[in-house]
Amino acid sequence: MTVVKTQGLSKTFGDFKALDGVDIEVKEGEVFGFIGPNGAGKSTTLRVLLGVLKASEGSAEIFGKDVWKDAVDIHKRVAYVPGDVNLWPNLTGGEVIDLFGRLRGGYDKGRRDELISRFGLDPGKKCQTYSKGNRQKVALIAAFSADADLYIFDEPTSGLDPLMERVFSEYVQEAKAQGKSILLSSHILSEVEKLCDRVAIIRKGRIIETGTLKEMRHLTGSLMFIETDQPIPDLAELRGVHRVQAFDGGWSFQVDADELDAVVRHLSAFGIKRMESRPPTLEDLFIRHYEETETGAGGGV
Amino acid sequence: MSQLFDHTWSLMRFILRRDRIRLPIWILSFVFVSAGIVLVFDNLYGDDIERQAIAETMENPAMVAMVGPNYGGADYTTGAMTAHEMLVMTAAIVALMNILLVSRHTRGDEEEGRLELVRALPVGRLSSITAVLLVLAAVNAVLAVLTGVSMAALQVESVDLHGSLLFGAALGATGLFFAALTAVFAQLTQNARATTGLSIAALLVFYMVRAIGDVMSEALSLTSPLGWILRAKPFVENTWWPVMLSLGLAVALSILALYLNSIRDHDSGFLPTRAGRTEAPATLRGPFGLAWRLQRTGLIAWAIALFILGISYGSVLGEIERFFEGIDLFQQLIVEQEGFSLIELFIPVLSSVMAILASIPAIMVMLKVKTEEKNGRMEHVIGRSVSRWRVAFSYWLLAALTAITMLFLTGSGLGLAGNAVLDEDLPLGTYIGASFVYLPAVLIMIGLALVFIGFLPSFASVIWLYLGLSFFVVYLGELLQLPDWVEKLTPYGHIPGIPLDEVNYGVLAVMIAIAVLLSVAGAYGFRRRDLKT
Repeated sequence: MTVVKTQGLSKTFGDFKALDGVDIEVKEGEVFGFIGPNGAGKSTTLRVLLGVLKASEGSAEIFGKDVWKDAVDIHKRVAYVPGDVNLWPNLTGGEVIDLFGRLRGGYDKGRRDELISRFGLDPGKKCQTYSKGNRQKVALIAAFSADADLYIFDEPTSGLDPLMERVFSEYVQEAKAQGKSILLSSHILSEVEKLCDRVAIIRKGRIIETGTLKEMRHLTGSLMFIETDQPIPDLAELRGVHRVQAFDGGWSFQVDADELDAVVRHLSAFGIKRMESRPPTLEDLFIRHYEETETGAGGGV
Repeated sequence: MSQLFDHTWSLMRFILRRDRIRLPIWILSFVFVSAGIVLVFDNLYGDDIERQAIAETMENPAMVAMVGPNYGGADYTTGAMTAHEMLVMTAAIVALMNILLVSRHTRGDEEEGRLELVRALPVGRLSSITAVLLVLAAVNAVLAVLTGVSMAALQVESVDLHGSLLFGAALGATGLFFAALTAVFAQLTQNARATTGLSIAALLVFYMVRAIGDVMSEALSLTSPLGWILRAKPFVENTWWPVMLSLGLAVALSILALYLNSIRDHDSGFLPTRAGRTEAPATLRGPFGLAWRLQRTGLIAWAIALFILGISYGSVLGEIERFFEGIDLFQQLIVEQEGFSLIELFIPVLSSVMAILASIPAIMVMLKVKTEEKNGRMEHVIGRSVSRWRVAFSYWLLAALTAITMLFLTGSGLGLAGNAVLDEDLPLGTYIGASFVYLPAVLIMIGLALVFIGFLPSFASVIWLYLGLSFFVVYLGELLQLPDWVEKLTPYGHIPGIPLDEVNYGVLAVMIAIAVLLSVAGAYGFRRRDLKT
């Protein structure tokens, strides 16, 4: 079942087109990663989904309801953590968490206390004394203590230390295990890689790639390292080989999946001394997409 | 040591650059109003006899409480009239300008983290606050000279250069005193709101001390900067020591502010902050509870201040009565007014001024929606299952309740104190009714604020300008003999003066309907637009 669905979603601010036909789909029980650099439109998309901004064109639905018209109904089942958490300087963290729970229409008190101790937050301090990480914890605790069906996180861990990042991952996995859906925007790619089932890459307000990591890896192919007895004169010219670099006495490069067989056959003639292969990381995918769209095909974007 | 002040000059230029529109508008408004008043007074009253007649009506404690003693009463020239009727009010508004500017550039910047960026640069530790104070000194000096020169340039007899410059200097010196005072408060409190609140509270207290002092005790009046500055008596005696006193104290307060700034940590204040509660109280459960919680302290302070204002005005009523006893001229005047006592004549005037002051906290409550939105906190509320209608209505409700409470407090303060000092009591209901009848006007102001929030949020502060205009028209409308239609430009001008006028409930009902319409339209606008952060 589809939980979030946008079609041709566009948003303009004056002359500036922040979103230009964004199509994403989040299915029930999956963790959906939304990646892209600063200013690509991640937060704008999430804020449209939250009914804070009104879409200029296209449709956006959560649980099959319009995100603008039925915002209040939708929000009863949604928990959201903004990227930049601004809180009331003169309320304490504990008060804010309770307030958020009540504004949503109910939360689990025991779970709230558990989360406070897991995240190591001092709930008796005024928000103006909190660091960015602590303000983020307040929003995360409020979100996870809510019994929501969809969690929307906008760069949730950008201010957290590695230990707290791990706590966050655990709660995301727990939510997923309970069949809940999570939409997570981030530019910390290792985190997305670890948590997400499917990923969409956004660039200048457009989705340029979407799918499971496996599908994307297949598109990108593998990263290889090879050391041979004889030099390979035409390595860079081989079909399906990209980004050839001298490395540690050999060569590292990227091979398209459907050319892998032919390339390996060709290389074996040079006397392979050492050969390693690993799947591309999300970072490889991401950088490759950006380089490509930036130079070649991306000219039209 | 010298390193403490590195780059002060650059920071001053930066402040001037940031406020390149704000500052000229402030300064020119004072120049135009001051010079304009001279012209108006000069044209309004043809000869000495007319002016002298006005002077006599001014010789009563109510007017003394409002604008101060009439030093030029014996020879009420245009200059003396301007100084008497305008000096203290204009000085108070100049003080307000200084409070807002200093708070914005000291605690405001510090709270938003902008000052930290500046402090990370090779800039002296005291440069920032020094730059603010120096810029304000320059602003007040320019204001003083421009005001003085433009008043004198009108070539009105009795408005000479010496007196005009003193008038300007009195404004500037008072301004600088409050700039320095605010700079000290900015060190004590921990955020800009508290700084502004404390400074405005001080301004109100100083005004009331002067009002009570001018009526009852000269010595008491001299303890208030607004009191001693009146003793400059521009155009009458032209005394400069009050200006010097204000400037001297401004320097002393500035040094104190610099000292306090140098011994405190960034982002901290001297007033203690308590450890907070770990759980929210039961009242903090919706947008209304939140709106109340966020503004509670300020509203309580306003309630106390307005109640005291009512009492201050009320306590003067007895003096008025005593003053007019036995004066034939005024006995006749009372008879002319169809059987109303003099006290009853004053109640509507006092109520209108207090109603406009009571509108300030109500409008502030409504405009809080905008502040919350701008600071990215409205998203937390809207992003949960709270509709925008409910948010708008919650703040509107709190604003309306604030208006009701404040009007009730000013009216009852006036009545309780008034009846305590008067020989013949009036029913308390008359006082409260005179104040309360302004509720529809305040509701219209709240509705207008909501319209701005819904459609033109970045222009919402225009509502303050409108309130300022209303104050000007209502407060000075009678004195300047402005035509009736001018008064009708503000909602306050449509309210009947109890107990003098007959109350037309139809008009009040129409006003309430307009207020409701504006509010619903504003909420609709808020419902359909993007949140701005």
